[in-house]
Amino acid sequence: MRNGNRRRRRNLGPRPPGLPVCRLCRLRHLLKPPQSRTRPTLILVDEGDGGNEDEAGKSSHQSTLAARPPTTRTHTMLFAARRVLLGRAVSPIGSSGYRGRFLSTLAILEQRGGQLNAGSLSAFTAAKKLGGTVHGFIAGSSVSAAAAQAAKVEGVEQIVTVENEAYEKGLPENYAPLLVENIKKGNYTHVVGGHTAFGKNVLPRVAALLDSQQISDITGVQDDKTFVRPIYAGNAIATIESSDAVKIITIRGTAFAPATAEAGSASVVQGTDPKADSTTEWVSEDLAKSDRPDLATASKVVSGGRGLKSKEDFDKVMLPLADALGAAVGASRAAVDSGYADNSLQVGQTGKVVAPQLYMAVGISGAIQHLAGMKDSKVIAAINKDADAPIFQVADVGLVGDLFEKVPELTEKVKSS
Amino acid sequence: MSALRILVPVKRVIDYAVKPRVNKAQTAVETAGVKHSMNPFDELSVEESVRIREKKRAPGGVEDICAISAGPTKAQDILRTAMAMGADRGIHVEVKEGDDLEPLTVAKMLKAAAEQQKSNLVILGKQSIDDDSAQTGQMLAGLLGWSQATQASKVEFGEGDSVTVTKEVDGGVETVRAKLPLVVTTDLRLNEPRYASLPNIMKAKKKKLDKLTLKDFGLENEKRLKVLKVTEPPARQGGGKVEDVDGLVSKLKELGAL
Repeated sequence: MRNGNRRRRRNLGPRPPGLPVCRLCRLRHLLKPPQSRTRPTLILVDEGDGGNEDEAGKSSHQSTLAARPPTTRTHTMLFAARRVLLGRAVSPIGSSGYRGRFLSTLAILEQRGGQLNAGSLSAFTAAKKLGGTVHGFIAGSSVSAAAAQAAKVEGVEQIVTVENEAYEKGLPENYAPLLVENIKKGNYTHVVGGHTAFGKNVLPRVAALLDSQQISDITGVQDDKTFVRPIYAGNAIATIESSDAVKIITIRGTAFAPATAEAGSASVVQGTDPKADSTTEWVSEDLAKSDRPDLATASKVVSGGRGLKSKEDFDKVMLPLADALGAAVGASRAAVDSGYADNSLQVGQTGKVVAPQLYMAVGISGAIQHLAGMKDSKVIAAINKDADAPIFQVADVGLVGDLFEKVPELTEKVKSS
Repeated sequence: MSALRILVPVKRVIDYAVKPRVNKAQTAVETAGVKHSMNPFDELSVEESVRIREKKRAPGGVEDICAISAGPTKAQDILRTAMAMGADRGIHVEVKEGDDLEPLTVAKMLKAAAEQQKSNLVILGKQSIDDDSAQTGQMLAGLLGWSQATQASKVEFGEGDSVTVTKEVDGGVETVRAKLPLVVTTDLRLNEPRYASLPNIMKAKKKKLDKLTLKDFGLENEKRLKVLKVTEPPARQGGGKVEDVDGLVSKLKELGAL
């Protein structure tokens, strides 16, 4: 159903009466600027020096042409649009008129060494909330097992895979063109990925190549173009509406539970591989190894701050408590900056955002940047010797006291109970 | 190795220590009369650029450090700060107060600026602490077709235009190597920004500050996203305090957290 003509037609609004006639193609402009439409590559045309054209009576198209010299492709596309218009009666479809009709979402899945990143299945959860068909995308050197696993997610129609060593490390210079090709091929209206290091690195590049304004780190889906996202370190919640033809979205993992792989039976198909070269080269990585649960997805998190005084104390006090609770270990920026804990453990605006069942803040005052990373936790407990620390304003249960006494005592009591 | 011409985009945001308040009409965050300063991640970019020059880290040397900011007239204060920290000159792209640009527009503007200034290295903050989008650097790299290294905690220069960047990723660090031209975004661990000294602040007043508009780059402030509503997050109810560890354990059990 999603052939080119239909797709174009969908994007055409009613003939806007007031618009001037384009002096280049003599069409009244029915198309929005071609940039975000069916030929996203148009934006790669070099910007000309025509930015100083007269202002009066610029149609949206003219202004685009002013910035970019028209190409044959632009006009081919416009004439195609015109044919469609003249050939068939077009019902007045407003910008929102197509809602739910041709909606299809590509969920970007992450993998490492052939293993599906279970957290990335959250993208399916968000994709299903959008309505419409849901496809998954996975690329790397060997992804068949991960694709088979993802195919079991209920309600997913298709998993698009690209097997190529070049995409194993997710380098944005070649991964972004890869995604762009597959998004265009599948005519997707929505692309959803996690707001993870990978998603943050690659998807804005994809969005720019498609001339789409990405919507980052959403925590809610209202409808297929309206989303909820925190701004100002979570101190305000914005509801925003996107007018882009292809919506590129990253989601906050803690706001969408990972979809479970059970009885689904999506087909696994091969995607296109543009084989773009990466201009960066992956050299090495150094990942913190831990037997404890992963911080981002753990159901319990114990987090230490500046109050721990040293790395030795941090390890001596926090780790036994984490083990007794079966919790992941987190840290405030102060603790990370002082070298008490690894950078990757930082919870907050600039670190990880977590929302576990239990978040226990030990020796953490509760600065807004830290709260941004944990205030959606179900239950927050705080142990701090300063009774006025801001953390107590958000904590469900607070204990004022010296953490060096209280935490070992707590560890013992948790163990024995 | 080619000499570095560094472009450093900086943004004026509500100071990180201020708790933002949503306005009464629920259309935005109250900005009038609120302390603003340079986005903390952008301070890191300025600092890094200046250190590359001071420590002579790039074999080809640093030819130029140009700070650029788009925003209301007050964004010039931020550019002066950048110049006081060591940037050579500034470009102010005037945008009406309250008429914020979306990251894609900023990226398009920076693309034009980077080409105009013949930059070969753009160092941006990894995100601005107001919008929290974390997009501009990546979009810019995409538009320019340059390599990108995001969330950098270490930047090293080698022979033949090669740059090795250590990046903060989930669970640890990753190292990538690229060649100039390159877009780098900074992470907190990259460095510790300096304070501008009084003499440098005075000197910065004499440095060149070009004033441009979006039109000069052939752009308009095109909005793809419409903010329908801005609200306060649901307030958490503090649950009060307990006397001792036993109280803590029983309360947690009561709340179903243990």
